[in-house]
Amino acid sequence: MEPFRRLSALACPLPLASVDTDQLIPARFMKTPRAEGYGRFLLYDLRYGSDGRPSGALPLDEPARAGAQILVARRNFGAGSSREAAVYALVDYGIRCVIAPSFGDIFAANAANNGLLPAVVSEEDAERLLFALEAGLEELVVDLEAERIEGAGEPIAIMIDPVMRTKLLNGWDDLDMTLSRADEIAAFAEADATRRPWARPDA
Amino acid sequence: MPDPSPSNPHGAPRTLFEKVWDQHVVTTRDDGPSLLYIDRHLVHEGSHHAFAKLREKGLPVSRPDLTFGVADHYVPTRGRGGAIADEGIARMVGQLADNTATHGIRLFGLDDPRQGIVHVVGPEQGLTLPGLTMVCGDSHTSTHGAFGAFAFGIGASDVAHVLATQTLWQKKPRRMRICFEGKLMPGVGAKDMALAWIARLGADGARGHAIEYAGSAVRALSMEGRLTLCNLSIEGGGRLGMIAPDATTIGYLEGRPFAPKGETFARAAEDWLALASDADAAFDREFVIAANEIAPVVTWGTSPEDALPITGETPDPDRIADPGRAAHAREALAYMGLEPGRKLTEIAVDRVFIGSCTNSRIEDLRAAAAILAGRKARVPGLVSPGSSLVKRQAEEEGLDRIFVEAGLEWVASGCSMCVGMNGDIVASGERCASTTNRNFKGRQGPGARTHLMSPAMVAAAAIEGRLADARPLLEGRI
Ligand code: SF4
Repeated sequence: MEPFRRLSALACPLPLASVDTDQLIPARFMKTPRAEGYGRFLLYDLRYGSDGRPSGALPLDEPARAGAQILVARRNFGAGSSREAAVYALVDYGIRCVIAPSFGDIFAANAANNGLLPAVVSEEDAERLLFALEAGLEELVVDLEAERIEGAGEPIAIMIDPVMRTKLLNGWDDLDMTLSRADEIAAFAEADATRRPWARPDA
Repeated sequence: MPDPSPSNPHGAPRTLFEKVWDQHVVTTRDDGPSLLYIDRHLVHEGSHHAFAKLREKGLPVSRPDLTFGVADHYVPTRGRGGAIADEGIARMVGQLADNTATHGIRLFGLDDPRQGIVHVVGPEQGLTLPGLTMVCGDSHTSTHGAFGAFAFGIGASDVAHVLATQTLWQKKPRRMRICFEGKLMPGVGAKDMALAWIARLGADGARGHAIEYAGSAVRALSMEGRLTLCNLSIEGGGRLGMIAPDATTIGYLEGRPFAPKGETFARAAEDWLALASDADAAFDREFVIAANEIAPVVTWGTSPEDALPITGETPDPDRIADPGRAAHAREALAYMGLEPGRKLTEIAVDRVFIGSCTNSRIEDLRAAAAILAGRKARVPGLVSPGSSLVKRQAEEEGLDRIFVEAGLEWVASGCSMCVGMNGDIVASGERCASTTNRNFKGRQGPGARTHLMSPAMVAAAAIEGRLADARPLLEGRI
């Protein structure tokens, strides 16, 4: 996974609360193998009419925002289902950081597993960023090492779980780390079988 | 009494959640997260990304004996037994069968008499037990917490991690307790309790927390009701929801196919009853809700927190001070095709849906049938039981005839119109009274408008052709 340290990029406002995972990627697209790319499904029903034409409803499709790698949204971003496809849609579209006052827990975990930074800021700071972007600001700098956002006046503090931060800074994949502990896990399972003889499925 | 066991050397008072957590920690890293041992892993059609990742890395499934497959998200609810017409859907169902067969995982597949929605099948089969850690690539895995299991939803990367290692790195969530004290009014149930607390705390109100539901109204709930309550934990942002095992829990589990038997069961029951939070255990946040003040609840907007008693009216965004919340209300009303200050009971519906892992167990079907018996629905609707076994039981009880005579369609079991992946969708612009758990934009189909409520309230909406209070229709029937 690509480490996330400091990102200086085009940013796009998404002035909505509770952008849930069903909106990030509608369920009907999830049959697609990942290899085909999920970027085109991002926020599909908000961006395209029922005739499949762009509705122009979101700033994401304004020419000036083309190539944006940072999204700024309101609270409860990524609420809802555990579908990692929501993160694939963002990542494949080119988004590397979402800034919002709060995130769905599972979404945030999925994001960190794919190198996408879920940057938590205060509601006030989110409103300030949205306002600045809507007033014409184009670029933001997200500095994960320094835990702050620059480019919209006073630097804005990012709140992030330290474990998630380390993982993103290093581009770590949990699985490789855990596989090296196979013996420890096996020993635990053996001891546990005596402690909780009822825990194995009995049929 | 605190338990001075090796996993708890200091014998400090602990909550239910902490007791289960402590029993599963393989190791804890210096920077905080613990590696948790996972007792049960449930996979469904959507798990194909995770199996693909295993293939890519050339890894086997570590514990196929603790992994179970269920076909539910994409299964057709009509014409079962024949071939699946839609190619994409057939591929999804086939892929699950292939992946589970390749790795030696037991599958409750399309034609298995025990097939059903993963969160209905787990408890029904006795795969769900108190004190277990359970995961599934589905956010409503919180449902299984009704038994006092530590159960939560995970994404595809984590599904692959559990398949390969039977463990998961987790940060300990904070502890929250929601107590419902007193008695529920007739016609009010677990769905109303859940929507009531989410309306109060918000759709992200329990973010980062393990919720424990407690209080006399929770203890009075059947297992079915407890499953509904825990199911909706995620809709309030909670990582998971749990209820302490008691006689109701143990009574439900005895004799279930995969549950322990004989002396092992007796030993297990003893361990399970000891899981309850110690009397002086501390919680990071606590709330108390008076059960008798809860009225039947319906949602009006596009987030589960947009919920109100059926006696209420839609909000006026101009009177909401917070700009973000006012914007959300304005947008939600526009999407739902509603104006501010509209009485909820005046909102006409186009169809109804009874089903999903929230409300499709036998008690849910009975509650809906109690209202529908001898009456006619004014709008069309679909009833999809939570499992093929629930379907059979409902048919034995004659509930299917009540639904059909009322004018509703009785179909096979699956996620169906909860998420529309199998093609059961609500048409764009149509309004659906639904027993499901998500009223997100487009959840039941592009442009679909969803109102969440209990099975009794959906039945009432079917009869009245609009959102309606179920209580008058229940008079003389319960
Ligand atoms: S019924 Fe709905 S919420 Fe439940 S598992 Fe299926 S899709 Fe998810």
